[in-house]
Amino acid sequence: MATAAPMIGASIKRKEDGRFITGRGKYTDDINLAGQVHAAFVRSPYGSAKVNGIDASAALAMPGVHAVYTGADLKAAGVNPIPPGWLHAGIQIGDRYPMAVGTARFVGEPVAVVVADSAALARDAADAIVVDYDELPAVTDGPTALSAGAPQVHANATGNVAFNWQLGDADGTDAAIKGAKTVVRQHLINQRLIPNAIEPRACVAHHDSANDELTLYVTSQNPHVHRLIMGAFVLGIPEQRFRVVAPDVGGGFGSKIFIYPEEVVACWVSKAIGKPVKWTATRSESFLSDSHGRVHDTDVEMAFDGNGRIVGLRVNTVANVGAYFTLFAPAVPTYLYGTLLSGQYDIPVIHVKVTAVYTNTVPVDAYRGAGRPEATYALERTLDVAAGQLGVDPAELRRRNFIAPTKFPYQTAVALQYDSGNYEPALDRALTMVNYAQLRKDQAAARAQGRYIGIGLSAYIEACGLAPSHVVGSLGAQAGLYESGTIRVHPTGKVTVLTGSHSHGQGHETTFSQIVAHELGCSVDDVDVVHGDTSKIPFGMGTYGSRSGAVGGSALFLSLQKVKEKGRLIAAHQLEAAAADVDFADGKYFVKGSPSRSKSFGDVALAAYLAHNIPSDMEPGLDSTTFFNPGNFVYPFGTHVAVVEVDADTGHVTVQRYVAVDDFGNVINPMIVDGQLHGGIAQGVAQALWEGGVYDSNGQLLTGSMMNYALPKAEFLPMFETDRTVTPSPVNPLGVKGAGEAGTIASTAAAANAVIDALSPFGITHLDMPLTPATIWGAIQQAKGGK
Amino acid sequence: MAQVQLTVNGRAISRDVEPRTLLVHLLRDALGLTGTHVGCDTSQCGACTVHMDGRGVKSCTVLAMQADGSTVTTIEGLSTDGSHALQRAFKEEHGLQCGFCTPGMIMSAADLLARNANPTEHEIREALEGNLCRCTGYHNIVKAVQTAARTMQNA
Repeated sequence: MATAAPMIGASIKRKEDGRFITGRGKYTDDINLAGQVHAAFVRSPYGSAKVNGIDASAALAMPGVHAVYTGADLKAAGVNPIPPGWLHAGIQIGDRYPMAVGTARFVGEPVAVVVADSAALARDAADAIVVDYDELPAVTDGPTALSAGAPQVHANATGNVAFNWQLGDADGTDAAIKGAKTVVRQHLINQRLIPNAIEPRACVAHHDSANDELTLYVTSQNPHVHRLIMGAFVLGIPEQRFRVVAPDVGGGFGSKIFIYPEEVVACWVSKAIGKPVKWTATRSESFLSDSHGRVHDTDVEMAFDGNGRIVGLRVNTVANVGAYFTLFAPAVPTYLYGTLLSGQYDIPVIHVKVTAVYTNTVPVDAYRGAGRPEATYALERTLDVAAGQLGVDPAELRRRNFIAPTKFPYQTAVALQYDSGNYEPALDRALTMVNYAQLRKDQAAARAQGRYIGIGLSAYIEACGLAPSHVVGSLGAQAGLYESGTIRVHPTGKVTVLTGSHSHGQGHETTFSQIVAHELGCSVDDVDVVHGDTSKIPFGMGTYGSRSGAVGGSALFLSLQKVKEKGRLIAAHQLEAAAADVDFADGKYFVKGSPSRSKSFGDVALAAYLAHNIPSDMEPGLDSTTFFNPGNFVYPFGTHVAVVEVDADTGHVTVQRYVAVDDFGNVINPMIVDGQLHGGIAQGVAQALWEGGVYDSNGQLLTGSMMNYALPKAEFLPMFETDRTVTPSPVNPLGVKGAGEAGTIASTAAAANAVIDALSPFGITHLDMPLTPATIWGAIQQAKGGK
Repeated sequence: MAQVQLTVNGRAISRDVEPRTLLVHLLRDALGLTGTHVGCDTSQCGACTVHMDGRGVKSCTVLAMQADGSTVTTIEGLSTDGSHALQRAFKEEHGLQCGFCTPGMIMSAADLLARNANPTEHEIREALEGNLCRCTGYHNIVKAVQTAARTMQNA
């Protein structure tokens, strides 16, 4: 019998696509329950306001309107604030009730809810509710919020400081900077991003009074986390009577991790009125209520010796967290940011200080990359500024500072220990693909003709596969970050996979089937993957931080080993051979040396369930559950190169080429990994060039729709050129890393560096993102005027 | 309430609707055709794209009453089994991830290929400017449309 082609590493076409290409996907808004009513929210129109009173009489008089509830109603009924899931020493938490109680702290904060027979009627009724507000002064910018006399967002957070956090060696860094030959200083704004998964958030909550059971269908990346926090901390519902289902989910990018007020309110109202309650965000509501990302204001000081080697790095960041902490928010600008500031570089001493500050804006939390793009941008943008100051080619400056391959495992100056890495091959491959030497010549020739080509590099590292539970626990996480994976073999040998990971575009139904098919020698079509339902899955921490393959996939791999081992004992028993003499390959157990004495996996599965002829001390059945708790993060890395042309007359940027060389360790499905990388690159380039959330000083979101928040379109982007190096991760049995966020982490700096490189003939060394035509044109005019 | 009569995916339909009802809500809520999605409220995202009298339209920007007397095709009507060249190409080229933009993307691509059987990469990217995808970076969507165009030309 020929050996089957390995399933791990194969670009299998996706199993889930059939329903999506025919319009049969089942997203939350596609779910309608008998007797459901629709919720609409009244939201604060002010950045900061005292809520004096709410008059719902006109709304309640409308036929078809069932009820109106306010923040005070829910608080009085015992609904608790929604807590963050990560704490730091000295953190000041401003309580976030599901709807404002007394004070509204950002435009879009829910103040009241109305439920009615249709969504349109609910909206009409919400508009008929009169709220008596006293508008208060607001503050939306991080540094401004820290200034003397700034409006206070929360009474318990003096000066709006939510926490102070630091990492590294302050004195050592100070000494290194003082003694350095050259110190490069750069101020960087990492602007506000608004995630914009194309599926708006939605929920349908149904309280079944007969059994006192609550079911919530919700756009979630982590339904068990939703259930735990909503059930145990916010609503006080026994977990075993609370089912959370995240069906097909149309993209998350972090924004669907968090527990949102609307979901809490829908659950509570369903019980209060005894009907299913449905809510679907309009896109305008998404802009005003989905947690935003980034929003750092950072000073970087990078110190060099006379040979262009970095001798110290100091980073001082003001992280704007918005009006409240959501689930991961305290971790994002700290342990997911400061710990990454060594990048791919051998930096002997680093100090990072972060001041988290409350403002009157939508809460800021994890958005694709979550802290790591901010760290990469700070490092890679400053390195390019340094390359200009030192007169060293940007590629050479990076190469000179790479951690040598002989130094792994490498202990950084900011807590992480990199398990593995070899950075020059990825840089070399990227430079070869882009034909770097020729490109620099072409660039010079183009400049002579008045054309402005720019080449931008970004050598990145990320820590993902979140994460070792004991480590995150010691750092303030209020949960462990393992994952569960169950392999349930049926008597016919078919397999059901139950995974705590959640797919909202990642293709788990395919990749997890591949792991099973690879290990059991079956077809991917013999495997079904179940995810996103707390009534079916033992437990799950969900999908974010590029963790599904490394953590969720590894849990399944380990369960498969247990199943295979039990099967081996059954086969040995039936073949009358010692277990040690029985091997498994291509779906068959066989006696070593006499392959004709064999049992198929299906035969063994049936035997396990018949239990007529299995070892006497063995339980019947064939399934296994593993909770995999990784020993370390995984560390993808790579080099990306962007090539752009700037039209100096208009400031318009054309992305001509984009080359990405990444190391994701072993790859389960290259097609899917490339696809995730493409999407990540698009999001990161979009931060560099187009996207930016803007508030005015009163707290109004000026970029509140897709008309004025510039999401990338097909015509903005080129085809991407990708390649990989392969350094398997030693921390999980699959040797995989994570690929979901790498594109975003790397590409923002590459694209921004390319534009600034293009503008270097004008003497421009830095511009804050997004590098829109207006920004670029203005900078060119200023540069010309200054000459 | 007003009565609208139209043909949807080959079936004659008659429904009473509020005058403000959008075509997308008629399709999703009254007819249960949930393959057509709503991703925005400003006609940017294109997730709601369907064909009306043979042309691609954003069904969130058409009142149900405006569709009175028209012939509408949704993703469910393109083929019932995913056998349309575009559907097959989106799977083959991995032109979708979360799948939410996909029905609208396919309907827009079908509209393009009906007008231009052999579009260039640039023409494909321009034609899809009214359809947003947050997952794919468009790379494989463009490849899928190119593949479908080749298949349909050779058919």
